[in-house]
Amino acid sequence: MAKGPDVWRVLTEPLIRQNPVTLQILGICSALAVTTTMATALTMAVSLTVVLTLAAGIISTIRRHIPDSIRLIVQIVIVASLVIVIDQVLQAYFAEISRALSVYVGLITTNCLVLGRTEAYARHHRPLPSMLDAFGNGLGYSLVLMIVGGLRELFGKGELFGFAVLPLADAGGWFTPLSLMLLAPSAFFILGLLVWAIRSWLPEQAEAPEHVPPGRMEAAE
Amino acid sequence: MAEPDKTLWRRILALPNESRAKTILVAFLVSAACAALVSGATVMLRPIQAANRAAEEHARIEALVRGIPGMADLLEQSGGELSTVVIDLASGRAAQEVTPATLESALSDTDNWTDLDPAADLAGLGLRPNFAQVFLLREGEEVSLILLPLSGQGYGGRIDAIMALRGDTNTIAGLAVTRHGETPGLGGRIEEAAWQASFPGTLLRDEAGEMRFRVAQGPASGVHEVDGITGATRTGRGVTNMVRFWLGPDGYGPFLDAIRRGEF
Repeated sequence: MAKGPDVWRVLTEPLIRQNPVTLQILGICSALAVTTTMATALTMAVSLTVVLTLAAGIISTIRRHIPDSIRLIVQIVIVASLVIVIDQVLQAYFAEISRALSVYVGLITTNCLVLGRTEAYARHHRPLPSMLDAFGNGLGYSLVLMIVGGLRELFGKGELFGFAVLPLADAGGWFTPLSLMLLAPSAFFILGLLVWAIRSWLPEQAEAPEHVPPGRMEAAE
Repeated sequence: MAEPDKTLWRRILALPNESRAKTILVAFLVSAACAALVSGATVMLRPIQAANRAAEEHARIEALVRGIPGMADLLEQSGGELSTVVIDLASGRAAQEVTPATLESALSDTDNWTDLDPAADLAGLGLRPNFAQVFLLREGEEVSLILLPLSGQGYGGRIDAIMALRGDTNTIAGLAVTRHGETPGLGGRIEEAAWQASFPGTLLRDEAGEMRFRVAQGPASGVHEVDGITGATRTGRGVTNMVRFWLGPDGYGPFLDAIRRGEF
């Protein structure tokens, strides 16, 4: 294990090819809620990556001693404790951003992404590969959050990380902010378009349709 | 770790995972470790969080005062500082023994708290401190602005706020919510400036001295009401009760009487 190309593959695979958000559609609740600005999106992404990596490490370390009957509870307890610690750290050192994120840091606990990775990967692999896999998935999630957050902040406020990029019409520029971008539906649109773009580029990601509408079936015959 | 412990530990680890003893033990150990982690982090970070909250409250107070027309100049004239007074709520006079510096230690003593009669306890507090720290802004000898900290039960927990009253003790000059646990997007909107903007100019009592202040259900209809927030009826009621309690006879009532008599 831990050969050069292998590590690289584990880290980069979840960025686009196996992206947890756009391919597996996991963890989108928070991806929608916290992406109004880059700063909150980045904080959320970092928090989730840290929680995911640590949880994977801890669970993988004790994986041989977790009784099957209570494994989900044990995993959730560990994840929840890590989330509380992260939340407390944010409240202490990043009070402003912590207020903007409100409940969503706490909701990392219920993020399917975290339990998905610990349940599917960390439970069967050694600590180091598990943490790498978790870190890679965290990066994949972060990438999507940053793209959605960047687009929403750019078109919603004309700013990136709080710095004015597009001159606003109010201040004598030419750009009229799209306030829709600051509302939750826009995140759905952007995420949908993103998934569509990725699946057109990598058609193997598209799922087979579960049923064919009747009209289409006749046309196919 | 000592030698016998080690063998015991090994024996525990060697138990089959599905055995009842190991299940219980793993559950216990994991929860104990997690509890230690969480409490450790909370205890260690609390001083920093408290400092953050104090700084934020100070900033809110200053923003509140600056947001009230005409008050920013007055604040500059008085050297940018509000005068801080600890008052005895029951008598309405400045407290003799307690100063702003010793207020915290005084309030950690349960003797300095009063049990509230359930009928009088509009804000759902249960206990009320005997002392409170208020801020005054003077214009010459006259008190022109009074800042009163309030707290009361909302829908999702305690709401802390600071209310600014004009010198006539009846006109609200502004409100700032410093802490709340209301649902984000519904009751949580009480922290938004747009909602707080409906407070300035609202009157507390009518000519007969009857408390009439209310958070309306829907748009305000009269000088004693402020706009309600759709979907946050209980938050609105919590704010109504909080204001009515604290500005009533069991709250700052005696203190406001003293101001009207010109004692401050």
